[in-house]
Amino acid sequence: MGKNKPQATQEMLQGTLDMLILQTLIMGPAHGHTIARVIEQTSEDVLQVEQGSLYPALHRLADRGWVSSYWGTSENNRKAKYYKLTAKGRKQLLAETSRWQQMVEAIGRVLARATE
Amino acid sequence: MGIRRFFHRRAEDADLAQELQAHISHQIDENISAGMSEDEARRQAYLKLGSPQQVRERVWQWNTVKFFEHLVQDLRYTLRTLRRMPGFATVALLTLALGSGATTVMFTVINGVLLKPLPYAEPSRLAALQEKTDWSTQWGDLWGFAYPNYLDCRRDVRSLDLMAFRYSGGTVSASSHAEYVDGFEFSSEVLPVLGIHVFRGRPFTADDDRPGAAPVAIISYGLWQRLYGGDPAAVGTQLTFEQKPYTVVGIAPAGFRLDGGLQLQGEPDVFTPIGQNAGRYMQNREYHGIRVWARLHPDVTLADAQTELDLIGHRLAAEYPKSNHGRTFIIEPLRPQVGEARSTLWLLFGAVTLVMLIACVNVASLLLARAVSREREFAMRVALGASRSRVVWQCLTESALLGLCGGGLGVLLAAVGIRPFVALWPGSLPRAEEVHLDWHVLLFAFAVSLLSGLLLGIAPALRIPVRSIEPILRAGAQNVGGQSRRLHGSFVITELGLAVVLLVAAGILGRTLLRLSLLDPGVNIHNVLASRMALAPGTLKDPAKTRAAWHEVLENARSIPGVESVAMVDTVPMREGNNQIRYSTTAAKAPADQQQLVLANSVTPDYLNVMRIPLLRGRFITDEDRQGSEGVAVIDDVMAQQAFPGQDPTGKHVWIDVGSDPVRVVGVVGHVRYWGLAGDDQAKVRATLYYPFAQVPDNLVPRWSELMSIAVRTSVDPLPLVEPLRRAVRGAAGDQVLYEVRTIEQLAKGTLSRQRFLLLLFGVFAALALLLACVGIYGVLAYLTSQRIPEFGIRMALGANAGDVRRLVLRQSVGMIIVGTVLGMIAAFAAARLLEHLVPGVRSTDPVAFATMILVLILAALLASLVPARRASRVDPMSALRQE
Repeated sequence: MGKNKPQATQEMLQGTLDMLILQTLIMGPAHGHTIARVIEQTSEDVLQVEQGSLYPALHRLADRGWVSSYWGTSENNRKAKYYKLTAKGRKQLLAETSRWQQMVEAIGRVLARATE
Repeated sequence: MGIRRFFHRRAEDADLAQELQAHISHQIDENISAGMSEDEARRQAYLKLGSPQQVRERVWQWNTVKFFEHLVQDLRYTLRTLRRMPGFATVALLTLALGSGATTVMFTVINGVLLKPLPYAEPSRLAALQEKTDWSTQWGDLWGFAYPNYLDCRRDVRSLDLMAFRYSGGTVSASSHAEYVDGFEFSSEVLPVLGIHVFRGRPFTADDDRPGAAPVAIISYGLWQRLYGGDPAAVGTQLTFEQKPYTVVGIAPAGFRLDGGLQLQGEPDVFTPIGQNAGRYMQNREYHGIRVWARLHPDVTLADAQTELDLIGHRLAAEYPKSNHGRTFIIEPLRPQVGEARSTLWLLFGAVTLVMLIACVNVASLLLARAVSREREFAMRVALGASRSRVVWQCLTESALLGLCGGGLGVLLAAVGIRPFVALWPGSLPRAEEVHLDWHVLLFAFAVSLLSGLLLGIAPALRIPVRSIEPILRAGAQNVGGQSRRLHGSFVITELGLAVVLLVAAGILGRTLLRLSLLDPGVNIHNVLASRMALAPGTLKDPAKTRAAWHEVLENARSIPGVESVAMVDTVPMREGNNQIRYSTTAAKAPADQQQLVLANSVTPDYLNVMRIPLLRGRFITDEDRQGSEGVAVIDDVMAQQAFPGQDPTGKHVWIDVGSDPVRVVGVVGHVRYWGLAGDDQAKVRATLYYPFAQVPDNLVPRWSELMSIAVRTSVDPLPLVEPLRRAVRGAAGDQVLYEVRTIEQLAKGTLSRQRFLLLLFGVFAALALLLACVGIYGVLAYLTSQRIPEFGIRMALGANAGDVRRLVLRQSVGMIIVGTVLGMIAAFAAARLLEHLVPGVRSTDPVAFATMILVLILAALLASLVPARRASRVDPMSALRQE
């Protein structure tokens, strides 16, 4: 956790965290700790996931039917609640991702003009 | 929405707690494998992840429906606080229960009697028709229908289904049993158009409903039970009604009534087709004795029907100018005929509302007192982070719960109290059978108690601090803001004012009743029986036979031991029903609408002795005044003054409608209050004229005989003589019956029963109001005084004595009492005017009633404030100062 790395957790948009969680789960079922770990590692610790946002977010996703959950045993033999992407969640992820891409491109174009 | 989440939130929370624990364990594992010591690993894990509790709270909040969550919390809290103050809770609940119980009872009756639709199919499409003339008589311009007019309307009208009926009571006789029953003749349309199905048998058909058809009858469920013991074989048997055999074709459903404005005591028992009535009057366009109802066809409005009826009316007026000139038909929505019960009910409802208001104000002041002493608690809650709206909700929940519980108890009280109340109603309450606790009533009670509960909570809720919490927290509960004192004062003033209204109303009613019951009815009411009488129907065909039958009845009655004298009379004092006719004192009659009216009473000579009416001049009717001799009449002093002011009426002539010759006035007697003790002074027609029954012309004898009653003076208690009297007048065939047997004493009492009933209830309400107001003033003063104890301590330390302190407290209460009484008096004047308008015999300007009642209230209020004042004066200055 280098101090020079930008910390974006506080400002992370709600919808964005949802999208990241869904993206993480596309590799297969995972429990909360793994999800947080994967997001942090993949983003090279730019994105810090806090319990305070992760678990309410998981809860919300489950309630919308985008993920399902079950209790299982983790790699180091502990009881853990696993989350699994549902078909509905997969569709949602696709929609979210393409929306995100569009937005990034749009913002990129605007910023590109600003730096010209 | 998260209803499922809401109910699963507890399980979810447990799940989440486990999940978070697992997360931390994983983090610890990871930290250990990164080389940390176990303690350090745990510390870092918690540091990184923050408080699991907070996460759980966030998810919990998201899962919950805030409103319900808070409601449940508030309710639990309220129950806890109420349990801690059982005295307060009991007083508040009882007060509210009394208030809402009384209100619910009154609303239940109003709902049943006034608001419920008539018990027929689609009552909103039903209408009543009347004839209307463009000129009017003393009785107004509305008339019953003439049967031929009805037939013409029925033939021509396209927008309505018409039906007609007419009262026809009579004697039902079986082998050894004769009974006078109420009945109706009605057209074959009545049952199908009202949507009534006969219980057994069949309704009338159009074939039954014409002259000359085989006589058929439908009998009531009640008569079927009484006469046939509910035997299904009754349909098809013969029934003798008015000595005519009828075939019973149907049994009406239980509770079937034709609410024709007659307000019969029970259900009518015998129904016959109106078309079979062969009476000559049925062909007469000037006999207006038929009632007509109608059902609007679908998509037809009242206005459409009115237009059509106007056309028919004009055509008939042109066709039959003699009878129908200026006569049209009007249509109105059909409403229950409840007579004066309507105004009585609204009066009582008003009174009950006042009681309810007093109860609410009382509880509100209790709640406010609590709120003031809880100011610190509220400030504490706000300081700890409760939002203002949250605390306001808490207050409102508390009072709403009180209101609802009080209302619930009130409904229980009403459920118990409603039957006794209906039984208490003077005479019979119209539509009493409709009075039930139904969902309308429950809805009403719920709304009232919720509303009162919320109103109760407003004053305390307004006291919740917004800013400046600190001084409150620091000062403790001692400081009473002037605002609260003013609010308390206005509560007391309101209570006293409302109590004044009820007390004065009760006082006025009491004085009215006293005054009326001391009035001289004009007759000696003790030991007199009066009863309607139906002669054997067979004798009515021949006038000579009828006269002989009456003669025999009188002779037989006179022979009973204990009977002093017997007379026939058509208008019995203080009983419903009379005969008003026009008279003039000159042969050239004035136009009909300018002639004076008089109560005409046909009697036999002994009437004067039976009633003990004083003879003022001349003589009364004697046995010498008979058919063929000179027509005579005796008048009362009211008529003497009206017709012959300043002259001696004896020997003068009067032209009346009965018979063609003028009658000679042979005597003057004292006025009798025929309209009852209460009603007579306001009655339009008070003048009375007596004429001999013997001189009633032959052609009128049958009709008159249906209306005559007998009056019997006894030397002993009259009630045990009723049975011997029944037997004595039964006649050879045993089919002459007495009905509506009353003592004149009962009738006299009955004319005051409405006033008596109102007085009873207003008395109860006023007493309740007085009690509540006194409790209120006591409670408020006790509270305000207790808040001022440190102040009194200082005053006494500075030299004030006990008397000064007492005066200080009393001055405060006297101020409230004066303002409350003055405001109450103003409202009481208005209430008195209303009473005068609605209740016969009441005079609104009754200074004695006002003065007495206000004195009572002031004394009671002073008494209630004396206790707190004395307590304040006994304060020990030292301990009072230490409280500061």
